[in-house]
Order: sequence, then structure tokens, then C-alpha cells
Amino acid sequence: MAEDIKVIVFKLGSEEYGIEVDKVQTIERMMPITRVPKTYSFIKGVINLRGVVIPVINLRGRFAIEETEHTDQTRVIIVNVNEMEVGFIVDSANDVIDLNRDSIDTPPEVVGGIKAKYLDGVAKIGEDRLLIMLNLSEVLNKSEIVQLESLEG
Amino acid sequence: MDMNQYLSMFIDESNDHLQSLNESMMGLEANPEDISIVQVIFRSAHTLKGMAATMGFEDLASLTHQMENVLDLVRNNKLRMQDFIFDTLFKSLDALESMVQDITAGGEGKADVTSIVTALQAIVRGEIPAAGGAAAAPAAEASGDLQITLDEFQYSVLEQSLQEGHQVLYIDVAIRKDCQLKAVRAYMVFDLLERSGEVIKSFPSVQDIEQEKFDYGFSLYYITQKGADEMKSMIMNVSEIDTVTAVALDQESLAQMALEAAATAEAPAPAETAPAAATPSASPAAPAAPAAREENAAKAAPSRTGAAPSRTIRVDIERLDVLMNLFSELLIDRVRLEQLASEVQNTDLTETVEHMGRVSGDLQNIVMKLRMVPVDTVFNRFPRMVRDLAKSLDKKIDLIVTGAETELDRTVIDEIGDPLVHLLRNAVDHGVESVQDRVASGKSDTGTVNLRAFHSGNHVFIEIEDDGAGINPQKILQSAIKKGIITQEQAAGYSDDEAIQLLFAAGFSTAEVISDVSGRGVGLDVVKSKITSLGGNVVVYSTPGKGTNFSVQLPLTLSIIAAMLVKIGSEKYAIPLSSIVETGIVKKNQIRTIHGTRMIEFRNSHIPLLSLSKFYAIPDFDDSAEEETEIIVVRKSDRMAALAVQDFIGQNEIVIKNLGKYLPEIQGISGATILGDGQVALIIDPNAFIK
Repeated sequence: MAEDIKVIVFKLGSEEYGIEVDKVQTIERMMPITRVPKTYSFIKGVINLRGVVIPVINLRGRFAIEETEHTDQTRVIIVNVNEMEVGFIVDSANDVIDLNRDSIDTPPEVVGGIKAKYLDGVAKIGEDRLLIMLNLSEVLNKSEIVQLESLEG
Repeated sequence: MDMNQYLSMFIDESNDHLQSLNESMMGLEANPEDISIVQVIFRSAHTLKGMAATMGFEDLASLTHQMENVLDLVRNNKLRMQDFIFDTLFKSLDALESMVQDITAGGEGKADVTSIVTALQAIVRGEIPAAGGAAAAPAAEASGDLQITLDEFQYSVLEQSLQEGHQVLYIDVAIRKDCQLKAVRAYMVFDLLERSGEVIKSFPSVQDIEQEKFDYGFSLYYITQKGADEMKSMIMNVSEIDTVTAVALDQESLAQMALEAAATAEAPAPAETAPAAATPSASPAAPAAPAAREENAAKAAPSRTGAAPSRTIRVDIERLDVLMNLFSELLIDRVRLEQLASEVQNTDLTETVEHMGRVSGDLQNIVMKLRMVPVDTVFNRFPRMVRDLAKSLDKKIDLIVTGAETELDRTVIDEIGDPLVHLLRNAVDHGVESVQDRVASGKSDTGTVNLRAFHSGNHVFIEIEDDGAGINPQKILQSAIKKGIITQEQAAGYSDDEAIQLLFAAGFSTAEVISDVSGRGVGLDVVKSKITSLGGNVVVYSTPGKGTNFSVQLPLTLSIIAAMLVKIGSEKYAIPLSSIVETGIVKKNQIRTIHGTRMIEFRNSHIPLLSLSKFYAIPDFDDSAEEETEIIVVRKSDRMAALAVQDFIGQNEIVIKNLGKYLPEIQGISGATILGDGQVALIIDPNAFIK
């Protein structure tokens, strides 16, 4: 029996995603963002998080899902991966669940338009809820962004 | 006992001792007769040995021990310092340094130092290879221990002479120390010798002796018909000769000498016997040490008063960084409070906030001072570096360091080392000419490199000036054209001063001969970009024939700067005050378009007018629609540009924050700061607008 992990659950559109709790620093309400010019369109800018300047990216934009207006539910999840602090703008974040590693399956090729390499796996929770586990290092991989941009550009 | 808790202290102190060893050795080399310096060196080495032994770093301890043996002989006047000993001791220091580095990196501090140890032991035994002056080490005077190595040819000549019944003499001559013209005296001795025999080999060589490159003594092999005593008295007749020893050699002693010479040359071979040999030679030194130490302490004390140690504590650098960060947050809150107080208009509140402002201003000064480190921490390794370089290039160079106490922010200090090393190497390699060239152009044969640091305004300047051949602007221009950096037409418009600044252009390296030291094509452009990235600048001045001066300008600190805040549309930006020349307003009809570039007239010349809103793609402002445009004139060395903004907000002290690791480098943005209202404002890098 593998260990239990705690997972933060957030939403992008109708899909539910999970990030391991120890990678998450805090979850913040939407706050003023200072635009940073001359960079990727999904990088929304930088915020002041208690004296530290942190870049925020729109996860919808990152996964090439259509971006929407921010609502009361919009949250910024600050993660810390490979000594990089980055904020993710997500539609909502309101759940922490325990998950057994055994219940995470390898992901199918494409889930909700997201390429499989951004995913660690898919976990089935409850009756018919699927939770998509994100591979953060891959999401924040910059060399891959350059490729992405050149494809789009 | 767990030693780990003492490890960092050990490393710090070892580095201190190594540094002081290096410095003292340099001092001693300049002043070989000064026994008080030897005492200082001896004590440092002794302490280092003790610490290393306690911590269990055996290799470190044993190498220091060998050094101590040599130094002990020197300070007891049993051995005179000479080139070979210096070189060996310097090599030992290098080895010690790499061991300490290894320990710092978590290693065991082990290194293969057998060759150095052997060399040190040889010195203790009085065997100094031919490279060393054979002058007058009394211990080495015993006839068996002769120091000149003979090559095969010379050896066979001596052997044949012996067979033919000539006398082979080994003669050691010491000239009186107060002798004014030692080369002349030496010449008289040689002249005398040549009359009644033949000099086979002398050390130093005859040429060196003629040029006074020797240290009041020389030795030689001599073939003659006369007896040793006769020769001795003949030489003694030359005035101002101190002592003469002449030893007649037979075939057996000649053969033995040849063997010994071979043994010393093959240093690593006897290494295995090293520990055994070390013990007996060590024992006389050890008991002498404590007694001598006390006496030394008293003697050396007055000579050290020049650098009275200030009372200090060691603080972990990270704690200082944390302090700095906390202070930055306080500063942001202060600005915020000031803003709120001015809105509320309550006298008591305003007064309190003003007082807080003053206190935090003082606090800022102190926090900044805490982070200030004297440039000496970078400079201190340069004398040694220049010495080694000059030696390897066969040049004579005096490095004169001034202003080493000038202080700079630690972050700048950490970064400035490599560029300075590069500039110094350049000065030694390309700047100062070879001895022959210098003499030919009527200069003293010893070149001078000045390393200066001083404050000026909000900046610290570091200058590296040599008195070498200088830079020929025409050569630079030709080379630049050849390398395609500028065109022939452009070159015509360059003034001499502009031409030599091309040295900093990417892909430029003037070295005609690629030497070991510099000129590998990784050139001054790297230096320049490094210094620019620190918010500094570097320029070069040169007078052909007189020398070259590289002047590096650095900001006092990197973390808090004065800046002008501006508003463009709904966005706020900060521009470092240090690069602003002037702020002003231009009317639409004053803007001219030349070749599609908007220009304005400024101080009798035309400078480009750039639209920040266009450059940064700011959506809600367009300066070209304005009747009157606010501009900020910025400069980069002597070039200027005007930046169009919407409104000036005012001057402020801002705390520089980086944009985080995730963001790639953004053209025109050097960082971010947090404003009084908690918003992030980006800091404009004016250098990006001026090419």
C-alpha cells in the first residue's frame, strides 16, 4: 500500500486539477498585477506577495485554453518548484483531499486539451470525479515554452 | 569530539592566515633581509599548523610543518632567502590554499604535495638546486654540498682537466654588502681569474653578473694550475670582497656532485623517504619555537601597529541579507505611511512619520554600511598574481595599490573580482612592455601598474593604470575594420578617444601574439558587459608611449537606489536617477523627424526621442497624440536619448527586487520595486535605449 498524499484541488473550466500540497506555498485571492512587457502572453505580470516580487501566469493561457474574465472565485496559487516561485491564476481552488498514490493512473494521451507530458497522472476520486495531477517542473519548463512560441509564432 | 562545529571557524581562520602569509611573503620578497617579516610568517604558519593538526588535516599540517622548518632556518640566520626558496614557499602556499578550498568544499583536505615537501626538505638540508643563488648559505658551504649543476659537457671538461693534472677549484665569492658597484668588483674578480685559468661555469651566469643581477655573491668552477689557497688570497686582494672560499676538487668529489645534482633534479623520487627524513630535521626546530615565539611577539609588535585590528565579530552573510530584506520591507511601509499621513493631514501623525523617516534613514545608512566591504578583500590577491605573471612573462613590474580601504557593497565586491583580474592581466601582458623595449624607449626597466580605488559622488572608481606603451588608436581602427566591427567610412569619423573605446566592442582582441596570459579572444567586451550589468561603466584612456588607464565606475550599492517614478497610462515605472540628465517638456513642433527617427534638440545637438509607451506596448497612452510631451533625458557615457513619458510622479528611494527566476531576461527592464501603495513598478534600464 503506497503512502497517502495531500492534494490541493483547483478548477480550470469544468476540469479538476491537483497539485501536491508541499509544492504550494499559499493560495491568494486575486490581487493587482503589474504587467510585464515583452514577454509571453500567458505571463500576466508580477505581484507583490508580502514584499517578494513573484511572476504570475495564467494557467488557462499556459495550456492554451481560452482565457476568461476573473471572478470572485479566481485564485492565485503560489507554487515553489526548483527554487522558482510562480503564481498560477486558476478559476477556483477550494478543496484539499487525501489521495493514495496507488489511485493515480498514467494519463491518457490528451486530457482536456492538455498534453500528457504536463501531467503526472489521473486519479479517480469518488463516484465519477477525475482529478488531473500536474507535473509542475514540466509546466514551468522554459525551454519547452520557446518551442511552443515558435510553433505558434 | 565532533569537530564539525569548529570547521567553519577553521576555514575562516585558515583563509585569513593564508592571506597574511601571502602578503608577508610578498613583503619579504621585496625586502629579503627583514627578519621581522620572517617572524610574522613563521607565526602564521605555526598557528595554521596547530589548527590543522587539531582538526585532523594531516597533509595540511605536515606541509606547514616543512615550511616552518625552512622559515626557522631563515629567521635564525642559517639560511638566506633566495629565488628558489621563495618559489617553493609560494608553491607551498598555493598547495595549502587548494587544500583549504578542498576542505571548504567538504573534502578531506588531501593533496599530493610530495614534490613540494621534497623541495622544502632539500632546502632545509642546504641543497639548493641550480636555480637558486648559491650565495652564502653557511650551512651549504661544506665542500660536499655544492650547488651548481653542471651539464654533461662541462662535467667532462672538468674531468679531463683533472686527468691532465690541472686543478679544479670550486670558488665561492661574497662581496661586501656596502659595495656600491658590485658588478665592477665581480668583473675584477673574473678578470683576475681569466688571467691564470679558465672559468667553466659560474652561477649566476656571467651576463647576469654584468647586469648586477646577483645578490652579493657568486660561485664558479675554475680550472687553473695554481692552488686553492693561492687563488683565494689573489681574489681577496680585490677590494670590497668579503669572503672567498676555494675548494680543490678531485675526481671522486666531482662524480659525487654530479650524482647529487641528478638527485635534486628528480624531486619526486625520494619522496617515500620524506616522513623519515622530516623527523630528525624537525626536532631541532620544535624546541626552539616556543622560546623564539615569545621574543618574536615583542619584536614584531611595533612593526604591526600600522594595521591596528578593529574590534569585529564575524557574521554570517545570509543574516546580513535577511536584515537587508527586512529593512527593505520597512522602507516600503515607511513610504506607504508617509503617503497615508499626507492624506490624513493629522499634525501628530505627520510628525511621528517624519521622525520615523529620519530614524529609518539613519538605519538605512547603517544597514548599508554593514554590507560594505573594503575592496582590499578583492585587491589582496592581486600583488601575488601580478608577481607570478610578471615572472612568467619575464617582465619587471611594481604593482602599487592605493585606496584598498575604499568600501563597496558586498554584492558588487563578489562580482568585480574577475573583471579586475582580466584588466590587470591585460595591463601586465599587453600594457607594460618587455624589459628590452622599456630600456630602448628610455624608461626604467621596471614597469609600474597602479591599482587605485576611490570614492567620487555616488560612485566608486577603480583605476588600473600602467606606464606601458599605450594604445595606438590607428591600429585599433584598422583592426576593427578588418574584423568587420566598423566600416571604413565609419572609421573616418572616429576620434582617437572613440577609437580606443572600440577595445570593448564584442569580438575585438588586439593581441597580435596569443600569449598564455591574455589575448585568447575572450576580451574586454566580457569585462564591459559584466561591469554594465552591475550598473557601472568602464572607459579607457591612453597616451601613446606613456601608458593606459582603465577606469571602472561602480555604484556604491545595488540594493537601494534613488529613482524617478513616472506614469505612463495606467502603469508606473522607475528610472534610476543616476542615468538621468534632465527632465523637461517638449512641444510637438519641436520634434523633428530625421530618417524616420524622432529627434529633439538638446544642448546644441540632436538626440533621439523614444516613446516608452510604444516600446513597452502600453495600451492606454500614446505620446504622439500629445501637444506637449514630458521627457526624461538619459545618458549612457556620453550618448544621450530622450524618453517620452506621460507624467512625473517624483523622486524616491526604491528597493531593487529581481523579477524572479522564472521570467526570462526582458529587454529594457532591469528589475522591479514595490511602491508605497504595495504595487509593483518595473525599473527601466536606460542602457537598453542607447546603443
